Order: sequence, then structure tokens, then C-alpha cells
Amino acid sequence: MTSQDDHTPLLITPLDQWHRRHGARMVPFAGYAMPVQYDLTGDLAARCRGGVLAEHLHTRTQAGLFDVSHMGQAFLSGPGVAAALEKLVPGDIVGLKPGRQRYTLLTNEAGGIIDDLMVACVGEDRLFLVVNASRKDVDFVHLAAGLPDSIVLTRLEDRALLALQGPAAVAVMGRLSPEAAALPFMGVASVSLGGAECLVSRSGYTGEDGFEISVPADQVEALADLLTGFPEVVPVGLGARDSLRLEAGLCLYGNDIDELTSPIEAGLTWVIGKRRKMDWDFPGGLVMRDQLDNGAPRRRVGIRPDGRAPARGQTTIMAEDGTEAGIVTSGGFGPSVNGPVGMGYVRRDLSADGTKLILIVRGKAVPATVVPLPFTPHRYIR
Amino acid sequence: MAKKDSDKRYTKDHEWVVLDGDIATVGITDHAQDQLGDLVHIELPELERAVSEAEACAVVESVKAASDVYAPLAGKVVEINETITEDPSIVNSDPEGEGWFFRLELDDPDTFETLLDQDAYDEFLETL
Repeated sequence: MTSQDDHTPLLITPLDQWHRRHGARMVPFAGYAMPVQYDLTGDLAARCRGGVLAEHLHTRTQAGLFDVSHMGQAFLSGPGVAAALEKLVPGDIVGLKPGRQRYTLLTNEAGGIIDDLMVACVGEDRLFLVVNASRKDVDFVHLAAGLPDSIVLTRLEDRALLALQGPAAVAVMGRLSPEAAALPFMGVASVSLGGAECLVSRSGYTGEDGFEISVPADQVEALADLLTGFPEVVPVGLGARDSLRLEAGLCLYGNDIDELTSPIEAGLTWVIGKRRKMDWDFPGGLVMRDQLDNGAPRRRVGIRPDGRAPARGQTTIMAEDGTEAGIVTSGGFGPSVNGPVGMGYVRRDLSADGTKLILIVRGKAVPATVVPLPFTPHRYIR
Repeated sequence: MAKKDSDKRYTKDHEWVVLDGDIATVGITDHAQDQLGDLVHIELPELERAVSEAEACAVVESVKAASDVYAPLAGKVVEINETITEDPSIVNSDPEGEGWFFRLELDDPDTFETLLDQDAYDEFLETL
């Protein structure tokens, strides 16, 4: 997680007071005051004692409610909007049917990643975007500059974003909206949840089944109360969000991907649409094609350190022969794995599963192994 | 707030110390474990290691981050609590009891008196 070192006041989400009432420990993240974990009380404490470990495990076994309102939401509309956006991303957007969402990337001419984002088709010539909090200003400037004047970008500052994640999420959603509960993975629909007009997608950032819910800011408290009123649900902070996504092998922008990493190196080649591989007509397309043909110099891999000590981001990775191998980009303790987990970039010749590596943790050599991602199997509904 | 204990001393790095003869038992305070959150890994100093005052000699890792634990006073490590390396959650549940970290044979037992007493530590916590 990033902290801000200047003194600009933190922004808050519409759930700020709700978090504080629920025992949240607030920390700065991407310019916002965000809950990192909760000291739960009352009924909620009886379901989950709170803290990163318990919140993580509760999400894997029941359901967690995350406030991700710091993320950037926007509508993009105008004639030919899908084709226009394809000029900036490698994904197949034209082929995205109404009610469908796709994970894609804004890329630069060098083949680097400006941001990763969700794009949903929510009507004729109308897309809904969700981008990272830390990148929204960069993204929206980039989008405005790269799209024709006929395409209108509308930032949705008046909407909050919740994520309901975990195996019980679908049952909980079914009590509010059978239509939303029936969505397939990466399906999107406008539904009413407890009287609030929401845009719901079957997606998330934990590796579990679940939903992301865009809701008007002035109705998010009532919806959060409604959702945590169900016995399966507790609020979950950013601490567990990070350990959940790491176990799920999902990239965190700024750690695992950035403007200097390509989708090929990052193992995100699948993001490039089949049709897009005919023409490679998106920023950095030819760089990516070359990396696919000739091999990228390094690859993102899963890393399992021996023993119990986590190897954090920026840990140096060595090969067994003592040569430099790469760097850990995300690392910590996986509560479901019950051991240290990480991911990072290593030289291509060291990227095969089972390759032995050496991590330099506080000056000591810790043996580690390249392992397939994810660490915990995805449980998306297909 | 932790209960009053006139024989227990503290550091501003949130270690507690209890002295028995010239042997000091050291752990981290309830405040420290609460701030760190769920501990998942602990590294203790090696036996016989000589440590100076404020020297980093143990590491505690929560899910999110690693933090150093410092020797509150100069001495030699004579005992370590391996129970907490096997189950770090003991430090969360009983930081100032079963969750002790290590015992030091102090170079100078009189240095114990230089540490913060309960009132001074409580006052220090108020300033944080």
C-alpha cells in the first residue's frame, strides 16, 4: 500500500463515518482515508473477530463487504465509443455485448501499462469504466486526450462502489435482487437493491465469487447496513483485500504492473483480444508482438518462500548460481495458504514452475520456488 | 489500558521489561501488538548473542508488514521463547505474559532503572 508523504488533506469516501462507527482503523491509501481493518463490535464481532487474518478467512468462507469507493468510475458514451476506446486498449471492446464486462489495460507506446481497468457495455454506445484510485487522474486525462470529441467522458463522483465477495455473496445478493444473483461471471446489470438504483457486476478482486456494486453516494450507507444485516456478511478492510488478491494471483497496479512492465511480461497476454492480434493496432502493440515472438526478457511468476518468513515487495531475487534474478513486487503472508506468498519478476530462464530461487530477506538468503498462480484456486461462477 | 505493574518497565519502542536478579525478561506491549495486528511470523535472536541498548534483535511480522523489536538494555541473550515462533498469535492474545520474547543477562542491572515506569509509559502513549 502506498502512503502519502505530503500534507494534502485526505479525501474520504461516502462511507467514512460508517467505517468509523464500525471500528475501522483508517489509513491513507491513494490519497483517501480508507479502512485497513476493523475492530468489530456487537453482532458483527460475533461473526468475525476482525483484523486482517479473520477478515480474510471470513471472506473465503462466508462473505466480506469492501468499500472501494476510492476507485474511479466513469461513463464513456458517444457514437462508436467501443471502437474509439480500442485505440487505447488491447482488449476486444467492440465485441463486448450489452451486459458484459471485461478486464483490460490502458497501454503506452512502449508497451507499458498506464492502468488496469474494468470496462462494461451498459447500453448502445455506452461503456462503464472502473479504474484504480491511484491512477484516475492520469487515466481520465489520457482518455480525454486519446478519444475523439464526439465521445463524452462523465466521471461519476456522486457514486460509491462496494464489493461483496465470498461464497455466500450470491445467496445474500439473491435476497435483494434475484436478477443480480443470476448474473454470470463478468455480467453487468442495472438493478434496484433496497431501493437504490445500482449497477451490479459479477466480479471482484479476491478470487472468490462475488459482486461489485456501483451505488449513489447518498444511498451507500443504507445499502452497507442492509448487506451487513445479513448473518454471512462483515465489513472487510484493505489489508485483507490485499492478501486476498495476492493469493488469487491478481496484479496490484503500482506494485506488480506499471508503465515499465508490459502485459506479456506480466502474464496478461490473455487480455489482448483475438481480433486485436491481427492488426496489433493499439499502443505498444508491436512491442508486445515482438515479445510474444521472441520472448520477453522477464516474466511475472508466483513465488513460494521456504519457511514462514514473508518476503515483501522489493525483495531481491537471486538465482541459485548467485546471479541476479529479479525482484519481488508483492509479498506477504497468505492466511488461506497459511504461509508466505509472493509474486515478482524473474529472468525468463528462471520463470518455469519449480525453479529454485534465493530471496534476500533482511540480509539472509531464503530459498524459494517458482509456483503457478493463483495460490488459492479461483472460485468464479462460469 | 494495561493493568498497573510497579515492577515492569517500558521503552518508547513499546517493549516491556521485568527484572529478576540480573535477568531481564523482554516482550512487546499490549499497545504494540494491537498496533501491529495479527502476527504471522516472529524471528528471535540467537542464544548467547550480545546486544547493545536499542539494537534491533528480533522481528515481528504481521500480514501486512515487518517490524523490528529492540533490545531495551545491553546484555546477552540467555533464553528465547520458541513457543511464540511456533504460534505467533500468543503474542496477540497474551503479549505481557505467555507472549514474552527473550531473556537478557544484563551487563549492568542498574540500567533497568533508566527505563520508563508504568506511569511514564502511559503518559507517553497519550502523546501518540
